[in-house]
Amino acid sequence: MSLNRADIENIARLARLELTETEIPVYVDSLSRIFAFVGELDRAPTAGISPMAHPLPGLAQRLRPDEVAESDHRELYQRNAPQVEAGLYVVPKVIE
Amino acid sequence: MSLPAAPAATVAELVRGLAAKQFSSVELTRAYLARVAAAQPELNAFITVTGEAALAAAARADADRAAGRGGPLTGVPLAHKDIFCTEGVLTTCGSKMLANFVSPYDATVVAGLRQAGTVMLGKLNMDEFAMGSSNETSYFGPVRNPWDTARVPGGSSGGSAAAVAARIAPAATATDTGGSIRQPAALCGVTGIKPTYGRVSRYGMIAFASSLDQGGLITVSAEDAALLLGPMSGFDPRDSTSVDSPVPDYTATLTASLEGLTIGLVKEFFDDGLDAECGARIREAIAVLEKQGAKVREVSCPNLPLSVPTYYVVAPAECSSNLARFDGVRFGHRCESPKNLNDLYSRSRGEGFGAEVKRRIMTGTYVLSAGYYDAYYLKAQRVRQLISADFARAFGECDLLLGPTSPTPAFRIGDKCDDPITMYLNDIYTIGANLAGLPGMSLPCGFVGGLPVGLQLIGPHFSEARMLNAAHRYQMETDWHLRVPAAFA
Repeated sequence: MSLNRADIENIARLARLELTETEIPVYVDSLSRIFAFVGELDRAPTAGISPMAHPLPGLAQRLRPDEVAESDHRELYQRNAPQVEAGLYVVPKVIE
Repeated sequence: MSLPAAPAATVAELVRGLAAKQFSSVELTRAYLARVAAAQPELNAFITVTGEAALAAAARADADRAAGRGGPLTGVPLAHKDIFCTEGVLTTCGSKMLANFVSPYDATVVAGLRQAGTVMLGKLNMDEFAMGSSNETSYFGPVRNPWDTARVPGGSSGGSAAAVAARIAPAATATDTGGSIRQPAALCGVTGIKPTYGRVSRYGMIAFASSLDQGGLITVSAEDAALLLGPMSGFDPRDSTSVDSPVPDYTATLTASLEGLTIGLVKEFFDDGLDAECGARIREAIAVLEKQGAKVREVSCPNLPLSVPTYYVVAPAECSSNLARFDGVRFGHRCESPKNLNDLYSRSRGEGFGAEVKRRIMTGTYVLSAGYYDAYYLKAQRVRQLISADFARAFGECDLLLGPTSPTPAFRIGDKCDDPITMYLNDIYTIGANLAGLPGMSLPCGFVGGLPVGLQLIGPHFSEARMLNAAHRYQMETDWHLRVPAAFA
């Protein structure tokens, strides 16, 4: 299967990735190759086979009680934030 | 280049030497830090060296031992792959995105090994977000293979494998999503173990593909792996896929007899893609195991050749979801003067991620997008079921599976960068175990043209003890794992 420039631009938009002019043709080529390769799966006999949901047979995702387990770490966590003010994360204005 | 001498060949020797007071942890830590510094320009195995903290931890370990506290591992130095969060220490995951991220907490693996008394030397280089098979995708530059510095160490745990191979760290943590422990272990001539999915907590291990990721070890020997695996294993309420089952003492059964063990040779592993000389080394290793009493039979996993295409749907899909958290808002790289929120997201991500990570995010975004989900993602999860069923059938006929780890020895830096598919096929023999959640190991089993070759063992779920036993018995009869590249001896 072959992808074109518009496909790559659309995927990049969905993924919130800004690509440069030089990157676009590289991904047109490599993603086309990847999907041609992945196309091999079409010949697998999967009729009646259920999709695998967990790598260990018989195990499902465990749930925990909805209880407070940790104290507030806001100050500590915000040390890694690019921009904070009064304990809030600062981003460009969303609503005028 | 000449390096200060390594204090011992294995972690087991360090454990004995510390107990016998042949050396202190501070002496050991100094010696390894000196080797790290001397080898760093050649290998680039470390991203961060935490020398001061290591010496302080070593001094505490010595004080603990003097006071009769601590366990066998107290004072043993090791290094962590930079995918594991370490409190107060830079944790980059090999990416520009996290180039200034100082983790506010420890991964469970890191905490467990610290609790056991080990001393962290620093953080090891890796492929960016563990996406790569050659360590060439790291933002911090490629790691070089100690056996030939023009060649790759494998990946993504390339720093872990190179550091242990060069004996600049006695042991290293690593992670394996599609072969990232076993393939670099093979290419660097060291021992690697990827435990069963759920055996080792993923808490604080930066996520790539959550249904495949598993933490493990790269060590000199299977005995060393057995010593270190216990403290990093076990149930963790903070990882929802952590399995609540007891952790055996992996050292207790290392020397058990291999009489009665049936080893299955996976027919599909001995395909046209396997280098003939590598295949010969594997067959020599099989003969050693047979001499130990193991029985060998051929088994078939007919769907296994589909494991690479299956993986390149499932892993990118999970990656695109996991890496959505990097938005330039809460942590990580942020672009200059964003025009609006969308510009902030798109440019921060476009600038912060490298080429391979972007390729995987886009592949995953596409297979999960409207109209393609059934054709790609659900189809791949169905094939994954077939592959798992093949393994389950094979384990009805044998106790462990055996094959090569990698189709070729280490390749040259730059050789496979042009075509992603060529690079992806390096993991053709390792990906199956991840898809089925099975434990796997790679063991050094000889050389081809001066480069190490790895033998792979795959076991049923939670058979780590049996696998380590077979590996240790093999290493009692061979010394491939004790060979050290001349430049780093």
